[in-house]
Amino acid sequence: MSAAIEVRAVEKRFGNVGIIRDLNLSVAKGERHAVIGPNGAGKSTTFNLISGHIKPTSGEVKLNGDVISGLRPFEINRRGLSRSFQVTNVFARMSVWENVRCAVLWATGHRYAFWKNVDSLPEVRERTAQILDDIHLTHRRDVPAGLLTYAEQRELEIGITIASGATVVMLDEPTAGMSHAETDRAVSLIRRLTEGKTLVIVEHDMSVVFGLADRISVLVYGHIIASGTPEEIRRDPKVKEAYLGEEAH
Amino acid sequence: MNTATTSTSKAPAKPAGDGLRFYGVWLVGIALLIVLPMIFSSGGSLTSFSLIGIAIVFALSYNILLGQTGLLSFGHAVHYGLGGFAACHMMNAVVSHGWPIPLPFIPLFGGLGGLAFAMIIGWVMTKRAGTVFAMISLGIGELVASSSLILRSVFGGEAGITTDRTALPKMFGWSFGPQLQVYYLIAFWLVLSAIAMYALTRTPLGRISNAVRDNPERVQFIGYDPHVVRYIAFCFAGFFAGVAGGLAAINFEIANSAYLGAIQSGLVLFSTFIGGTAYFFGPILGAILVTYLQLGLTSVTSVWQLYFGIIFIGIVMFSPGGIAGLLMMHRPLVRAGTLWTVIPSYLVAIVPTVALACGVILTIETVARYSGGDPINLFGIPFDAKSPVTWIAAAVLVVGGSFVARLTWRRIADAWDRAATVARDRGYLA
Repeated sequence: MSAAIEVRAVEKRFGNVGIIRDLNLSVAKGERHAVIGPNGAGKSTTFNLISGHIKPTSGEVKLNGDVISGLRPFEINRRGLSRSFQVTNVFARMSVWENVRCAVLWATGHRYAFWKNVDSLPEVRERTAQILDDIHLTHRRDVPAGLLTYAEQRELEIGITIASGATVVMLDEPTAGMSHAETDRAVSLIRRLTEGKTLVIVEHDMSVVFGLADRISVLVYGHIIASGTPEEIRRDPKVKEAYLGEEAH
Repeated sequence: MNTATTSTSKAPAKPAGDGLRFYGVWLVGIALLIVLPMIFSSGGSLTSFSLIGIAIVFALSYNILLGQTGLLSFGHAVHYGLGGFAACHMMNAVVSHGWPIPLPFIPLFGGLGGLAFAMIIGWVMTKRAGTVFAMISLGIGELVASSSLILRSVFGGEAGITTDRTALPKMFGWSFGPQLQVYYLIAFWLVLSAIAMYALTRTPLGRISNAVRDNPERVQFIGYDPHVVRYIAFCFAGFFAGVAGGLAAINFEIANSAYLGAIQSGLVLFSTFIGGTAYFFGPILGAILVTYLQLGLTSVTSVWQLYFGIIFIGIVMFSPGGIAGLLMMHRPLVRAGTLWTVIPSYLVAIVPTVALACGVILTIETVARYSGGDPINLFGIPFDAKSPVTWIAAAVLVVGGSFVARLTWRRIADAWDRAATVARDRGYLA
């Protein structure tokens, strides 16, 4: 069986500056995989490379065995990979309900339809209601997304990401800026919503990472220096030196 | 957990009265269109109503771009104008070939003309939104407007293409000679187009257009190509602009280069923005107001465009949501039952605000007519532009009016804050 995500020898240069060098990453199906690393290591760039936001200079990315590097973001999304953003990236003037519903429409096959009433599509309505319920925003369904609290926007961000039913979900710092209580809530939400899916997560909070991940990859200066189970990573001397040494000694 | 009680698959709860109220608004609108010419039956009002109807279709089509998809076009009149030319050519062809197509079907061909051009030019234009789109639309607008003077066989040069709407086959015995019959034809297409454009906002495409407007980047990560979304929206806007142009061609029995030009493009942007882009009915209000002002002001003052400019700047600065935005701001207060606490402060503000407006008008007219021109006649009071008394009156009105008006506006703001706080506490305001 092929891996859910397979990144092979990917490089990304902006001019002469190599941001990502010889990046190799393999995420098995159903695995919860965390990518950690110091600020500026290229974690978000890695996400952007996999999700098609930017194109790799060289190397290739595979999703479930098919090469996806070079495809546009929406083409990759249609193949079952969905991602969230580090900086909240929702449809600010639209209601919470509309935000989630828009994310459901392509996956339910309605595409660019201009001959259907969007309010009378039962499967869209049910799925949207289900996701709002899952992310605990049903009581805020008519509020414009731009007026939500920060934590609520982060939850909506996760809701939009999982709404299409993608089998590979990538979350970019989903708990950034949250309080302890909010973080706990978000983690149990992520755990529940990604049940049976492949999860790739970038996270700074080490308790979240070690509590959630089956495997961890450590990214330093655009290169993965170690990949393994939380226990292996904890013991890895290179990791200790390069990363954990600064924060968790 | 307060959401645990909510059933997951339940349809969005809607009060039973909503549907009734929704259809009520449309039925009242249709009834109004039918009754209007019976109340105001003079030739002048019939012409005005016809022009307003055309302007509404045009402005609604523009809002598919601006309000719903977030595309600022400076060349929307291209589709309007080409629709007008298509309609004229079609009418002449019907007459010369003796085709059995009566006049009421002609606006459809106008729409197809607008659509055809949108389909050809749109794919390149909608590749990018924002400034790039705005600039290309401006360029295309100028290109087509100048071509219309060069390609004489299609556009008829300076004179344009004329036609005779009464020469087409009759329908229900109507010749469409009298303005009243033309009015009803326009009203019919207005209702048809408005329903179609409203329905469009409630389709998957309509909602994704909103998403593209809000955040084109994110749309790509929920499976949509924003370029395709913009292109389809652009084609719809082109079609309905063409319908409006076709109606204009029927109304004036001519299509010429003025239909396609920058002034026409500016006017529709203006109407849509003043009315308000965030609500479907906004452009309707804007088109009514702007067309009415255009017809009314041109006969009263030579500097009517200056007033347009002032109104536009005022709306952009103080009420970016347009008239519709101003009106809808009050909805949570109405629901919370606190509107009555704001009304007195409005009434108090009227007097100084009107005084200020009169002062501004008097100043503008004095300056405009100082070097010759008719004497100023403001609401029945004559003024002499060269007399110091007039200048002093204008200065007193402007300075005194603005001073007092600012105080009363502050009172409005305070009353608003209190009313909004109550509305928020009662859960009607987010």
